[in-house]
Parts: sequence; structure tokens; C-alpha cells
Amino acid sequence: MLQSLLSGDMPRSRILAVILVAILVCLALAPFLFPGVRTVDTAARICVFILLVASYDLLLGYGGIVSFAHTMFFGIGAYGVALALTHMGRGFGPIFVGAGAGAVMAAALALLIGLFSLRVRAIFFAMITLAVASAVAVLVSQMSGLTGGEDGLTFKLPRALGPAFKFGKEALGGELFGVTLNGKLLAYYFVFAGALVLFLMLLRVVNSPFGRVLLAIRENDFRAEAIGYRVVYYRVAATCLSAAVAALAGSLYAVWLRYVGPETTLSMELMIDILLMVVIGGMGTMYGAVIGATLFVLAQNYLQTLMGAASGLVEGVPVLPQLLSADRWLLWLGVLFILSVYFFPTGVVGRLRGGK
Amino acid sequence: MTAAPKHAPKMAELSLAQRLGPWMPVLLVPALVVLGALAIPETSSWLTLTVSGLAMGMMIFIMASGLTLVFGLMDVINFGHGAFVSVGAFVGVTVLLMLGQMTGAPSLGLNLVALMLAVLGAMAATGAMGWAFEKVIVMPVYGHHLKQILVTMGGLIVVEQLIIVLWGPEEIYIARPESLKGAITFAGAALEKYRLVAVVVGLVVFAAMRFVLRRTRIGLIVRAGVQNGEMVQALGYRLRRVFVGVFIAGSALAGLGGVMWGLYQEVITAHMGNQAMILIFIVVIIGGLGSVEGCFIGALLVGLLQNYVAFLEPKAALISNIALMVAILMWRPMGMIPVVKAK
Repeated sequence: MLQSLLSGDMPRSRILAVILVAILVCLALAPFLFPGVRTVDTAARICVFILLVASYDLLLGYGGIVSFAHTMFFGIGAYGVALALTHMGRGFGPIFVGAGAGAVMAAALALLIGLFSLRVRAIFFAMITLAVASAVAVLVSQMSGLTGGEDGLTFKLPRALGPAFKFGKEALGGELFGVTLNGKLLAYYFVFAGALVLFLMLLRVVNSPFGRVLLAIRENDFRAEAIGYRVVYYRVAATCLSAAVAALAGSLYAVWLRYVGPETTLSMELMIDILLMVVIGGMGTMYGAVIGATLFVLAQNYLQTLMGAASGLVEGVPVLPQLLSADRWLLWLGVLFILSVYFFPTGVVGRLRGGK
Repeated sequence: MTAAPKHAPKMAELSLAQRLGPWMPVLLVPALVVLGALAIPETSSWLTLTVSGLAMGMMIFIMASGLTLVFGLMDVINFGHGAFVSVGAFVGVTVLLMLGQMTGAPSLGLNLVALMLAVLGAMAATGAMGWAFEKVIVMPVYGHHLKQILVTMGGLIVVEQLIIVLWGPEEIYIARPESLKGAITFAGAALEKYRLVAVVVGLVVFAAMRFVLRRTRIGLIVRAGVQNGEMVQALGYRLRRVFVGVFIAGSALAGLGGVMWGLYQEVITAHMGNQAMILIFIVVIIGGLGSVEGCFIGALLVGLLQNYVAFLEPKAALISNIALMVAILMWRPMGMIPVVKAK
């Protein structure tokens, strides 16, 4: 049962298994274990980012392709849901239509970019995605008639996912373990379930023969081609799949936030965050995405407070307060990023699995 | 027994298309200029746009040339190249602000001296930084593209953040030196003086690069290294040293480009290098990774097209560069002047 659910890709390390189970339990019971607006919001962000990072890992860790357009696909999914809900009225139909359309469009765009760049050399892909993604980000903020420009779009979810919707009044008195049963809770579980199902699907993909071929291509594309696999097809397919899943993650994020905007879905900072999550968690393993995203989102929320405190401690010393100020946390993440690429290319998961 | 067929060798002259083939990329630039002249009714605005397009192209070329050479020589792709642009701009602008009296004086000589000092300061700073960047960040990941992209991207983040630590998070506004402000009128068209200077500087840099690469011994080694590095090493040259030299020179050029770009926009931010990288990548890709000439032509094409399109249809200017890249990659998938590797 567990074997088939995880597609035979067991954690292979006791500590890793414990951590993963702990994360799963925490996320599954987040609204009950940590009631509070901010903590549940953090949990939902972790769910979305686990999925987003896992889809990026399919490209980077398994395909060996660096893309800087992953936030673009993420944004396409988010805007898909936002536009559908704005123009088709509130309901579950528009959510699925928007998410589906977003995923299809992301895959089509990925196909185009992939066919242009990957047939020549994989390194072109990194540069071209960087150019295209920044052009799209500017385009979205300029087409304010459709996308709301810099302000983004705020939209209404179906009534069942809003905080005003209460249920279980008769059976449970409207509460369960002291937590109000409302639409926000349902929205959280909508996001959680979506992320979990898609994550397990990605796990299935990377442990299929297709995933093995991707690994072979990553290790030596010349040899893989010689054995008879069409390297370009596999790479393009991985790109499309990863783009579609990223778009779905974007849809989930839009459902959770009830808002989309260029800052939250398309910015270059977000792309760098994703890169950091993949590398810190561990490239080439889906569990790396879980660990990386969880660590990073927690750090993002709580490390800045810590750094602010540290900056207060060294008040009076020249330069140091600026270096440690809460706004400079990206500096330290950059350093951490470089060090982890050098010294822990397999990330936390690779370490836990015994330097494999 | 049949007679042997008549042996009549004939030197077939190459068709016009075949002879034109290698020159096509070079001809694209005048073709685009002529196209612009046809599309834009007023000659004066066409002239203004052409000059500003050329100026923009020259500046992009200066920034991009180092990146393409570094890639050609050592197969190293430096996503942190934009950091040198930013650092160059900040150092150069700091020098210019310190020389306030010289830039404020309405004398061309004093202004140029101040500008030269700023450029020298910026190039020295970015050259030194390039040396450190190569040693610390790039060297451990030779021959591993994936790690190169990740690590140099990390380097870019760190440098950007350090700029913010040193110079503060606000953007800095900078006025051009007094005698480079304003425009001159030529044939009814207003030509900004600074853009003319940028065109001249770009041409000088390109000519100097051509000269070094084609006429000097070190240029010979560099070109040979691009074609077949192992063979050059087997002949006894320390290609690593040459490479470090090229990396430093490329970084210094990026610094020069940064100063010029900053003065062109009259405002500098820590992220300006990252934004310039997008144009730089487009130019390097359409030129053919590793080719200086291709990079030059690509930069001029991008600069001209962006200015023409921005005039004719402002909304389309954003995607015009992407469209150009797509068109050129459909025509020549490896870029306009692909570098032939002997490996």
C-alpha cells in the first residue's frame, strides 16, 4: 500500500522518514494543531511551495535543465483561476476551468520555448527562459485592463470556501477540537489535498521509466542519445509536465490567497526562492522539495525576526548592523546557496541518505 | 568498348546566395536601418531613432562582449555578469559625484577627464572583482554547466545585496557632465550628444577588440583556444592564465558598459545589472555564443529594433526583442555567427 503510494521510492533513511512523517502530520492537521491565521497561512504556503518546488525539481534535479521561467508558469496558473473566477462568476466550475486552461497554456508555452532552445543546447534554455519570463512579467504589469496591472486581481471564491460559510452546526455544534468549521478550513484542505495528490503523481512520474531516462540524460546526454533515446523529446516532455504542474500549484495559491499580483506570482525574487529551496532540500529527489520548501518558508517567516534581533545586538559596530539587518536576509541565503552548491550538492536529503 | 566519358572539369561559380551567405548577418544591420527609414515617414525622427538605437546597441555590446568571449574560451556561462555592470555603474557614479566640480564645469576637457577617471575607477574595480569572482566562484565548477548557472546566480544575489549594504537601497540619480548634456541639431534631427559619444566609444571598443583578437599574439592564442583549447595547451600555452586574463578584461568591459548605461539612463539601482542581463543574453544568443562579431551585430540589431518599434508601436517594444530572437533562432539555431568548435 505505502509502497505503491510512494511509487517504491521510500525515504531510505530513518531520520528522513521521521521528518517527512512529521511534516505530513503537521500539514494535515495544521488548522487543529496550530490554530491561528498566520500559522495556517504558513502551512498553506508550505503546501503550495512543496508542489511548486517538486515540479521544478523534475526539471532541475531530474532533467538537469535550469529554467528561470518557473514563476511564469506558476503565474499563468494563478492568473488563469483569477480571470476565470472574475469573468465566469463564483463557483467550482470556473476554478477547474481556469486551472485547466492555465495548465494547458503553460504546457504549450513550455513546448514552444523547449522546442526553440533545447534542440540546440540545454544552456540556451536557461538564458531564453530568463528573457521570456521577464518580458512576460513586464507584459502582465502593463496590460492592466486584463490583469489589473501592478495592483493584481482580487476575486471571490465559491461561497463554500469563504470564511462566512459555516457547516456541521447540527452534528458538532459548528466546532471541532475548538476550531470553527468554516469555509477557510475547507479551502485549506482543498489546497492540501490538491498539493498532496499532485505531489504523489510527480513521485510516480520520476520513478517511472520516463524518470529513469531523464536521469540517464542528466548524467550523460550523449550516451543516452547513443542508446537510442531522443534526448530532445524527453527534455521537452519534462519541461511541459513541470510547467503544467507549476501552473496547477499557481492555481492552488490563487485559491488560497483570493488574490493574484505580479509581486506574489511572477517576480524574480520568487524564482530565486524556488532555486534556493530546491538546492537546500536536495536536487534530484522529490523529498528534497518537501524539506527545502518547509525549511525555507519557515525561515522566511521567522528568520527575519531573528536577524533583526541579531542586528540590534551589534548596534554601534560599523557595517555589521547593515549586514545583519532583516532586509539583508537574501544576502545570507545567497551565501548559503553558493556553499550548498559546492559542498552539499545533494542537499539535506542527500546528506540524510548517507552522502548518496 | 565504349569510350570513357569526356572528362570536362568545370569550376562552377558559387551562386549569389551562396556567396552572400556568410555576409548575411552583417547585411542585416543596414537592411534594418533601411526598413526603419521606409516605415518611419519623417527623416528627422528616423535619424534620431537610428542614432539612439546605435548608441544603445553599442552599450549592450560593451556589456555583452566579455560574457561571449568567456563562454567561447572556457565554456563557462556567467549568470553573474550583470553584477559587474551594477558594480561598475556604482563605482563610476561615486567617482563622478566626488568630482562634482569637474563635471559641473562647462569645459569639455575637464568633463572628459572626469569621465575618464570614473571609467578607469569602474574598470579597475570590476576587473579586480572579476579576478576574485573567477577564483572564488567560477573555478571550482569548471565543466559543469548546471552548477555554473546556479553558483554564478548565487554570486549575483550576494553582490547585489552587498551593493545595497554599501550604497543603500535607494536608487541614485546622476546628471551627465555639463558639456555632454543637450543635443546637437543635424539635418533637422536632434541628436543627443551623449549618444554620439556612446556610439564612438562602442566603435573604439569593437575596433580595439578586433585588433587584439586578429593582429596580436595573445589574440591568436585566444582564438585558437576558442576553437580547440586542448591543442593550444598541448602546444605549451597556459590557457588558464589566458582565460583569467580574458575574464578580467570581460568584467572590466562590463564595468565600462555599466558606467555608460548608468549615465544613459541617469539613474542607477542595484538591480540594473540584472535587468541589463536580459538584453545581454538575447544579444549573445542571437549573435552565436562565443562570437564577438556576432555579438556586435546582434547588439546593433536589438538596439535599432527596440528604438524603431518603440516609436511606431510602443506596446510592441517589449516583445520585439523576443520576436527578433525567435526569428533568428528559426533561421540559424546556433545564432547568426556560430562558433565552430574543433571538439
